[in-house]
Parts: sequence; C-alpha cells; structure tokens
Amino acid sequence: MAETLFKPGHTACAGCGQAIAARLVIDAAGKNTIIANNTGCLEVFSTKYPESAWCVPWIHSLFENCSAVASGVESGLKFLGKKEGVNVIAQAGDGGTADIGLQALSGMLERGHDVLFVCYDNEAYMNTGIQRSGLTPTTSNTTTTPTGSASFGNPRPKKPMPDIAAAHGIPYAATASVGYPQDIQKKVKKALGIKGPKYLQIHVPCPLGWRHESSLTPEVAKLAVETGLYPIFEYENGQLIPRKIATLKPVEEYLKLQGRFKHLLKDPKALKEIQAVADYNVKKYGLSA
Amino acid sequence: MKEFLEGSHAIAQVIKSCRPGVISAYPITPQTHIVEDLAQMVANQELHAQFVNVESEHSAASVVLGAEATGVRSYTATSSQGLLLMAEVVFNIAGLRLPVVMTTANRAVSAPINIWNDQQDVMAVRDSGWVLLFAESIQEAVDLHLQAYKIGEDPRIMLPVMVNMDGFILTHGMEVVDMPSQEEVDKYLPSYNTTYKLDIEHPQTMGYLADPDYYLEIRYLVQQTQQELLGIIPQVAKEFQKTFGRESGGLIQTYRMEDADQAFVAAGSVCGTIRDAIDELRSKGRKVGLVKIATYRPFPKDAVAAALKNVREVAVVDKSVSLGGFGPFYTDLTSSLSFLAGKMPKVSGFILGLGGRDIRVGSIHDVYEKLGGKQVDCEFIGLKQELLAETE
Ligand SMILES: Cc1ncc(C[n+]2csc(CCOP(=O)(O)OP(=O)(O)O)c2C)c(N)n1
Ligand code: SF4
Ligand SMILES: [Mg+2]
Repeated sequence: MAETLFKPGHTACAGCGQAIAARLVIDAAGKNTIIANNTGCLEVFSTKYPESAWCVPWIHSLFENCSAVASGVESGLKFLGKKEGVNVIAQAGDGGTADIGLQALSGMLERGHDVLFVCYDNEAYMNTGIQRSGLTPTTSNTTTTPTGSASFGNPRPKKPMPDIAAAHGIPYAATASVGYPQDIQKKVKKALGIKGPKYLQIHVPCPLGWRHESSLTPEVAKLAVETGLYPIFEYENGQLIPRKIATLKPVEEYLKLQGRFKHLLKDPKALKEIQAVADYNVKKYGLSA
Repeated sequence: MKEFLEGSHAIAQVIKSCRPGVISAYPITPQTHIVEDLAQMVANQELHAQFVNVESEHSAASVVLGAEATGVRSYTATSSQGLLLMAEVVFNIAGLRLPVVMTTANRAVSAPINIWNDQQDVMAVRDSGWVLLFAESIQEAVDLHLQAYKIGEDPRIMLPVMVNMDGFILTHGMEVVDMPSQEEVDKYLPSYNTTYKLDIEHPQTMGYLADPDYYLEIRYLVQQTQQELLGIIPQVAKEFQKTFGRESGGLIQTYRMEDADQAFVAAGSVCGTIRDAIDELRSKGRKVGLVKIATYRPFPKDAVAAALKNVREVAVVDKSVSLGGFGPFYTDLTSSLSFLAGKMPKVSGFILGLGGRDIRVGSIHDVYEKLGGKQVDCEFIGLKQELLAETE
C-alpha cells in the first residue's frame, strides 16, 4: 500500500465508504493539514484512545462544532503567521453537517474562513444506529422512519445541502462519490488551491445502515451516480459544472441492492416517484451527456 | 496608573495587555461593552488579535477552543443564556485541557427573562472542570484576569479559567482602578508557549474517544489538578501582591475574622455590602466577620474550615439556588465543614438578590437577625409577601 496519512487498523465496518473516502481526502490534502472532526462514525472508529489512525494534527471537540473549531484553528494560525501553506479541513457526517452542525457551518462559510468543509454523506445518523437525518433520501427505511402500516419510510426529500452551501457565495462547492476515487482527490486538491471557504459533499455507502453486501460499496456508490440519484457537480464561483452521465440507468438497479429500499421494489408507484427524483436531478444539474 | 473607569472598559484594557491572539464572542447584555471595546482596539490596530464575530456563543466557545488548540492565547466573554448555550463546549474545553480565559458577566437566567445580576449562570457549568474565580470589585476583576492566564497556562495545570464579575454592578459600575502598564503585564505574564498544540511538524490527536478502560483516570486527573490548584492559587496571589502591591484573589479572603464568633460567607460584589454591614454590627459590639470565597472551583475546603473553626454561627449568602436543593455555596460549605466533626458551627443558608433584586446593607442585617433563631438551609430573603399572595 502506498504511503498514507490515515493508518489502517481502525475499527470501521468492512466496506465502510466513509473510511475509504476519509483516506482519499487526507492523502490528497497532504501532511500540511490540520483536521477538525465532528462526532460520528469516522471520529469513533479512528481515534479510540490511546490509538489514532491520523498522521496529521487532528482534533475532535463535539458533534456540531467542527466548523467553529476549524475557524478558531485557522484564526490561531493566522495570528501566528503560519496559515500560509497549511490546509485546514473541517469534516463531519451528514447529520453533523446538514442538521445539528448547519448553523456553525453557515457561520464559517459566511465569515469567509480559509477552510475546506467535507461532508461524508452516508444518509443517516449511523454512529447512533441508523436514525434519519436531513440528508436521508425519500422512502429510506431508518430506525426513526421505519416502514409500517402508516409509513413508507422517510417521508421527506434530501435537504439540498450543496446548494445551501453554494448560496453563501463561496468560491467552491461540489459533490463527489466514493465510487470515483480520483474525482474525490482531484476535487480536494482543487478546493485547497482556492482561498476561502469550500464545501465538498461525498456520497459514502454504509453497508451496515444501507443493508448491502460490504463488497458492493464501490458498485452501490457508482449506481447512485449513474441513476441520477446522487448528482455529481461543482459550483465554481457559482457556475454549475456537472459530471455528465453517459448512459442513465433506471433507479431500480441502485435500489434493489439495498435493504433500506426493499419495501419499494414491490411498489411500481413508489418506484416511479423515485425515478422522478432522478429525472429531476438530471434536469436540474444538466447531467445528460 | 490610576484611572476612573467603567468595569467593562477596565476588563477590555487588561485583556488587551495580556496580548491574546484570538478573541471570539457573541453579544449579550451585560457583557457587550467588554467585547465592543476589544473589537475597537483590534480595529485601531492597538491590539494585534484575530477578532472572530460568530453566529452564537456555542461557536464563540468553539472558536477559542480551536485557537487555543493551536497554542494561541485566547479570550471570550459571555453571560446568562450565552453561558448556558456554551455549556457543552465549556465542559469540552476543560476536558481537552485548554487554558482559555473567559469573563462571565454574571446575570440571571430565563424564565422569566431578566438581564439583571445574580450568580445563577455560572452554577450551570460549576462541575465542568474550569477554575472559577469571583471578583468583588472592578479592581479585583482586573487583577483576576491577569492571574487567570497565569494559573490556567501553568504547565502543571492546563485548565481554563473563568473570572466571574457581577453583571451591571461591576461591568457597568465606575471605580478608580489601578491599571497595570503594558511593561508590568509583559513582565508578569510572558507569552504562552506549549507543546500541547495542533502543529504540522509534530502531529498529535486531540479529543479521543475514551472507553470505560480509560475515562475514569482521565477525569480523575482533572480532579487531581483541581486539588493541586489549592496550593498554587495562593502562591499566584502572593506573587501578584509582590509585583503589584495589592491583595487580589487567592482562595479566600477574610474580613474582621480575628475574634469573630459569627460569620458571613459570600462571593462577588455583595461582599462589599457585607463589609459595611459588619462595620455597623461591630460598632454595636457584635463579633462578626466575613469569609469571602474568591476561588469557588477548586473549592477551598481547608481554607474555609480553618477560617471558621472558632465560629459559632455561619450565614451563607447565595445569589443563586439549586432549585429543589440549596444555595450552591451553602452546599459546598457544609460539605467542607462536616470534617470539623464535633466543632461544626451552626450553618444557615440564605438566598438573596435573584434577578437583580437590590441587596442593601439592610438586607444583610435581615440575614443577621435570623442567625440567633432557627437554623435554616435555604431561606429566601426579601420576598414580597403581597406578590406571593396574588398567585394563591
Ligand atoms: C449534542 C449531541 N447530540 C447527539 C449526539 C449523539 N450523536 C453522536 S454521533 C451522532 C450521529 C452522527 O451522524 P452523522 O453526522 O451523519 O455521522 P455518521 O455517524 O453517520 O458518520 C449522534 C446523533 C451527540 N454526540 N451530541
Ligand atoms: S456503521 Fe456505516 S459509516 Fe459507520 S463504520 Fe460502519 S459502515 Fe462505516
Ligand atoms: Mg451519517
């Protein structure tokens, strides 16, 4: 294995998309990087005392404040005259980004700190046992949006987090997927080359929470993109640059691999509604090749 | 140099002279004048700090946490609801052993919303691991901020320190204050140097997950450091006195306790009022004195027990209450005195001044009058019976 700044031996589940993505991110960022990490699976599986997987300076404070902690780190470095050449990354799960951490994130983006925020989107609160978050997709079966005689899973669509971040007028906001490792690393490098606040949201399958084979992580991730359910795009200074999809696949191919969508497969009407979500994404972000 | 100053302006000036690198705060009455002044100093380049205007107190505390973790001296200030919103981060800063200094302009908490002074806010973070100092006057508040950095940044300590100053009474009061010069402060408080920091040359992990195999010891070490502070804080106060020629801080201070057989115990600006009441009582031949709690965490259990060992009766004046329990000072004091066994004085607990209700010399006499009578543990002084009757 090539030299990495995220050592193996951590306690993530087999096939954890977030663990793969986190390594890709820090290896692209390089050793002159300081990370502030919210509470969540990544923090828990990588820093169980007295072990740490991190070969860069790394701090965890709380579930919702990594954006503010990173703001403080950046300000401290500025005061010391040491910010030049040092990257500051704030990173969190989807819950720590879009729900409880949104206020601190918005503050950091608005104040213009030179920080890259990375959201590892596994579409639920995994660390506490697969509860729904603001980034859980429609109909997903989670422990707090279970299916039942009066429920078809999560009733609400995903919060448009990348657009919310971009609406702050930041120079760079983008999405990526662990199905496309080189794309992640290219975007991390690009983002860190830009001064100011940056936002990167990475789709990271969670075999445990999504109930798919742990060997299928890359395939599941790719299918989310190829069906249009997880649009990949960049906003560079507000300008949309989509990653085009050569051949769009039907959403069923993505859904059928995962237990969280099992209840959909017998329901043509529900499948149609999910297909409509994908079609909307294709149109909104211009994904057709 | 002696100057006639508003409390908040004096605090801003002394903080400036401590040369913090990062300041972050969110406005709340009665803290605002302090941070407005600091913002102006940064704007005028009199103070070379990063001033981070955040969207909440939770983030203000998180910003100074992050800054302090880079090894930079940092400062924040808040009050009341702001401190409650910060609470989660306040505990975290102490657990991470980051020597942040914060001013709390003590104020009542909601509901009902009330911007006036009492000491309820700090009690919400009493158990967080912060060193908690209480100022009686503006002068003492100024002096305690210097001592706060000295105490917290001591490599043996590495804990955050909060200076409590009564909102409005001290933050907006005016007083002649002996302000230390920049040269004096630079000599007293050298720049902060630590290897415990986020540094790309020496990467380290801060904020681990500690399971049941480790957590107990890590928390115990904070308790142990707090106990060591009982030896260090008096040394810091002594050194301060040697440098600046004033008694400020320490664990406790006593007033007319030499031959006292009755005593008040209190903290903060109310001690000034109590001193006046004591002078009046003394002129009538009453042997009464004051034990002022200058350091509330660590609780100076041996110092208060020694000061009160020959006393027959004690009146504890609390400006906050653990609803359903007792005044916090009362609880700590009675726990500490219980070690005196047979010689334990009769201790009564009184609640005064919540939500800015005036505490006058007469109010202290009201407390004193109760001393001869039945022992009480949590008696509210100055209740308006007619208002209570309305709610019946
Ligand atoms: C203030 C607070 N509320 C709740 C929690 C419990 N909690 C810890 S991690 C977590 C879920 C994390 O979800 P996410 O951010 O999506 O990260 P993931 O674990 O899925 O990677 C929750 C609810 C907490 N630690 N702090
Ligand atoms: S629960 Fe999911 S996100 Fe958490 S470690 Fe396991 S696979 Fe990764
Ligand atoms: Mg998640």
